[in-house]
Amino acid sequence: MKAITVICARLLQTAFVLLAVITILFFMFRLMPGSPLAAYIDPNFTPEQQATLMARFGLDQPLWKQYLIYLRNLLQGDLGESFFYRQSVAERVLALLPNTLILTFTSLIVAYIFGVLAGAYLAWKRGSVVEQICLPLVLTTRAMPEFWLGMLLLAVFSFSLGWFPAGGTREPGAEYGSIWALYASADFWRHMALPVLTLAIYSQGLPLLLMRSNMMDVMREDFVTMARIKGLSTFSVVIRHAARNALLPVMTSFAIAVGYQIQGNVVVETVFSWPGLGRELVRAVQTADYPLAQGAFLMIAVVVILMNLVADLLYAALDPRVTRD
Amino acid sequence: MFSRPKVSASSRLAKLRRALGAVRLPLHDPLAIIGLGIYAFFIVMAVFAPLIATHDPNEILFTSEFALAADLTPGTDGYILGTTTLGRDIFSQIVWGARSALLIGLTAAFMVALIGSIVGIVAGYFGGWVDMVLMRLADVAFGIPFLPFVIVLAAFLEPSIWNVVIAMALVLWRDTGRVIRSQTLTLRNRVYVEAARVSGSSDFKIILRHIAPNVLPLSFLYGSIAIGWAILTEASISFLGFGDPDSISWGYMLQDAFASQALSKGSYYWFVPPGFLIILIVSAGFFITRGYEQILFPKLDR
Repeated sequence: MKAITVICARLLQTAFVLLAVITILFFMFRLMPGSPLAAYIDPNFTPEQQATLMARFGLDQPLWKQYLIYLRNLLQGDLGESFFYRQSVAERVLALLPNTLILTFTSLIVAYIFGVLAGAYLAWKRGSVVEQICLPLVLTTRAMPEFWLGMLLLAVFSFSLGWFPAGGTREPGAEYGSIWALYASADFWRHMALPVLTLAIYSQGLPLLLMRSNMMDVMREDFVTMARIKGLSTFSVVIRHAARNALLPVMTSFAIAVGYQIQGNVVVETVFSWPGLGRELVRAVQTADYPLAQGAFLMIAVVVILMNLVADLLYAALDPRVTRD
Repeated sequence: MFSRPKVSASSRLAKLRRALGAVRLPLHDPLAIIGLGIYAFFIVMAVFAPLIATHDPNEILFTSEFALAADLTPGTDGYILGTTTLGRDIFSQIVWGARSALLIGLTAAFMVALIGSIVGIVAGYFGGWVDMVLMRLADVAFGIPFLPFVIVLAAFLEPSIWNVVIAMALVLWRDTGRVIRSQTLTLRNRVYVEAARVSGSSDFKIILRHIAPNVLPLSFLYGSIAIGWAILTEASISFLGFGDPDSISWGYMLQDAFASQALSKGSYYWFVPPGFLIILIVSAGFFITRGYEQILFPKLDR
């Protein structure tokens, strides 16, 4: 019963945040300098197209009515027409979403595997020279501008050594039947290697530091002492007993990390010409393609909000104290 | 009658000492001392930029044969770090870049810490619907993707280095606000706060005298984290081309290098130094933060 109440409260809260962000987005694009029509109507559209869009988004109506129409269109999945592509924004944005998601998840999985192992190792080695050298290094990777790391890797591994392609998702001219065929190709993974490495180097710090401090907490708990007294080997104590219990909170942070990463992807996708939501947002803003910019922003915000929800629910599921509140 | 002002004067002194103690420099931690040293270095660089820089960072330079001094390698013709594709001195741009970095970093951090602390204290102290409204606002701020938000804002406002500061002030108070709120919640029920309330002190006075001095160290901690965030954000925004074209920043230099094919030309001397300095100043902030954490949460000191 209590668990259901918590879940319902979180869902309501998420719905509220989503509505608030959508509202902010609406007013941000309406109150920008220039004509309010500029958010939907490109001067290069034909008069008929302009009239259709005027009617579809109620641009001749008062602001509050426009807002209601905007909400109704949104519910129907209608985000307007891209000025540049002359294509539905919803279609365009949904087509780019998988590229961003696969990049984000692959890099985070790499980062978490490395971070968890290295964090456990550093907790085990606490107070040693290894720790004193590694910890500042990890803090330093958190201080890097992600795009600069990407530029460096690009200059070394692509332009100087020629090991990896410089950008995009496929060789020029390569055609694939579907995105699944593309994602299954070696060509795609070769293109994704450098962006994944960039994002993974940047993101490994969070799981590493979390794992390390959790491990140090767990290692002082009674059951670990008990395992030691029983005469189990250090390896067995660290891996079987301590690491297992330290791992759960780190896994919860994965959802939060997805949300943060997807905002940060904007710059890395730009460096590697990766056709994802982030680069599309930058290009749309640069070319004043406002419907597309709104659509890309909304999509990124939805991922962030959903991941916050997932993290909250996971946290509640793993920590019984939260549920009992 | 005479003893009253004396007591309050000495207690004011004690309070001042306590407030200063909260912001005391973490000199016990070697890493924090390194961080403070790096900051001192950048402050000197920013203040004396006109004296240290060898050229005007925006000036287009020419060689003695009156050709454009483009893409010169470090050391050529006395250009310490070489020149850009448009013939500008890289070393001088680096030096001037320290000014925008510090200016943006410090103002943004101040705004974030100030707004976050006020929201946190008000929400935690008054509770009820005030708390409810402010914390729902924080939820919404957590739902806004920060970098995309800065991009859109920067595109709509006039290009200026202050866009990053405005965006941070609008969104990033959320983390500080939540932490300060929970700290205030524990302070609110302390005996001395109860005593002050019973003896008729106004809410404003209680907040100023008893709550604020105790949350100050936390505000400071979150402020010092925000410095790094602001510098990284400014760099990203300038790199994407939404920065202030009239001010030289390290992010702007990286955008210039990227757009001028410095990567394929292998001009490492151009794009490595700005990134290296960003890492240096941001990690210096992290090192100092760690020192503060050890003052605030001694448990972590192991």
